[in-house]
Amino acid sequence: MTPTVDRTKRPLPRPTPETQHFWDGTRNGQLLIQRCDACGDAYFPPRPFCPACSSQDVSVEQVSGRGTLYSYLINHTRHPGIASPYAIAVVELDVGVRMMSNIVNCEQTPEALVIDMPVEVVFEAFSDEITLAFFQPSTADVETAVQS
Amino acid sequence: MSGPTLAVVGAAETTQMGVITDTSELQLHADAAFNALADAGLTIKDIDGFATAGERPTDVAHYLGLEPRWVDGTSVGGCSFMIHVRHAAAAIAAGLCTTVLITHAESGKSRVGKAPQAFTSALSGQFERPFGVTGPPTMFGLPVLRHMQDTGLTHEQMANVAVVQREWAGMNPRATFRDPITVEDVLSSRMIAYPFHLLECCLVTDGGGALIVTSADRAKDFPTTPVYVLGHGESVETPMVSQMKNFSSSQAFRIAGADAFASAEITHADVDHLMVYDAFAHLPLYGLEDLGFCGRGEAGDFVWERNTAPGGSLPMNTNGGGLSYMHSGMYGMYAMQESVRQMRGTAPAQIDGAEVSVSLGVGGMFGASGCVVFSNVAP
Ligand SMILES: [Zn+2]
Repeated sequence: MTPTVDRTKRPLPRPTPETQHFWDGTRNGQLLIQRCDACGDAYFPPRPFCPACSSQDVSVEQVSGRGTLYSYLINHTRHPGIASPYAIAVVELDVGVRMMSNIVNCEQTPEALVIDMPVEVVFEAFSDEITLAFFQPSTADVETAVQS
Repeated sequence: MSGPTLAVVGAAETTQMGVITDTSELQLHADAAFNALADAGLTIKDIDGFATAGERPTDVAHYLGLEPRWVDGTSVGGCSFMIHVRHAAAAIAAGLCTTVLITHAESGKSRVGKAPQAFTSALSGQFERPFGVTGPPTMFGLPVLRHMQDTGLTHEQMANVAVVQREWAGMNPRATFRDPITVEDVLSSRMIAYPFHLLECCLVTDGGGALIVTSADRAKDFPTTPVYVLGHGESVETPMVSQMKNFSSSQAFRIAGADAFASAEITHADVDHLMVYDAFAHLPLYGLEDLGFCGRGEAGDFVWERNTAPGGSLPMNTNGGGLSYMHSGMYGMYAMQESVRQMRGTAPAQIDGAEVSVSLGVGGMFGASGCVVFSNVAP
């Protein structure tokens, strides 16, 4: 028997003043990353200063949402809000930062989830306030796979 | 460092370990504490410093009837107790107290009177928890596929860590699991979170342990073989495993380990016995590499070639480890208990002639580390 999964049981983030811009971005279909104007490093998660050099001279920029599958595991244990098995992934964005996410529109298997494969961001709303940034195999790549 | 200043003069685990349904977490602290006091020939009135993690020190100190003049509640996960030893060394050397009790207990399995536990910080709550992390099995293994890709570590080599530790557990009457297993057994056990199978994940049990430490010059006044603390180190990196700087290496392991070896003035060749906190099968591999016993990516072969197995050059996790001995949630205390037993010559799988033992702990998911170097040789 497969236990029922209730999509509303996914724990949603509670933004803080320092992270609100990121969640405003996802709600508007934008992936917003901060970059230090002093040393040039992009960084994540959000904070109003650079973790590399402590400069408070930082900017928010919209990034392409393209990256690669850096690492992952596939959870086979039960989650109340997500159907198992599902991959918990770390994506490395092309600007260099890494973030946890899920890989959607993809079989949740080691064969389909290839380390270093190109991925791109997709947004999924879970409430009026919260939209999560997921990633899917890059669409160019999927077409290639279908043809082969 | 001007030589070792600290010694362990009392060490004990809870009377029972495993599944303990008739005892609260707080009472497990007391059981471990009184066992350690009996081991040292002391009473609660002799203790003037106290440290614990998981529970608040206030709760446990009051329960025990302690009147401490030095308290440490550093609680950064399972390595907190290694860090307590290091902090106690500094406090005793500074004259803040003379005799420190460090307790761990956890009703990890039965959850009787269990203290609430938070795996998330504000940032992990926002940037990890929404993606389905539910606890250590869905977090700790996250870096491993990257590590495998970059270093060539194989699934068989990781499974073999559990196999070798079961060999050690087979010699330990108190170990939870003692029957031999094979790599095939591990790889065919139930998948928990790919690439981790059930037998590559630690146990969940109830129990505890306690240490009593005092200045090294008092150590010979106690009934047990003195175990000197030669050196120690500590660090923290991140509450979010997804934000580890290097998925093949723990920054906290490297800092804590290097400081412990330097303060102890030892080299790798001096180490006769090693404990590396093994919540999951990859941890001993990271530990061996981050402590410098192996080059990057070489630990899988090192264990496969039986260097850490019975009869090997670097016996590791000789109690069976968190994978086979016991794991109540914050295992660092049990790693140090086994180091102390090996240094006293009382371990079930005793390493003949061992003089230096290293205990490396992890806290959170590669979030923190503490490392302690023990020896039975008087400074
Ligand atoms: Zn900067």
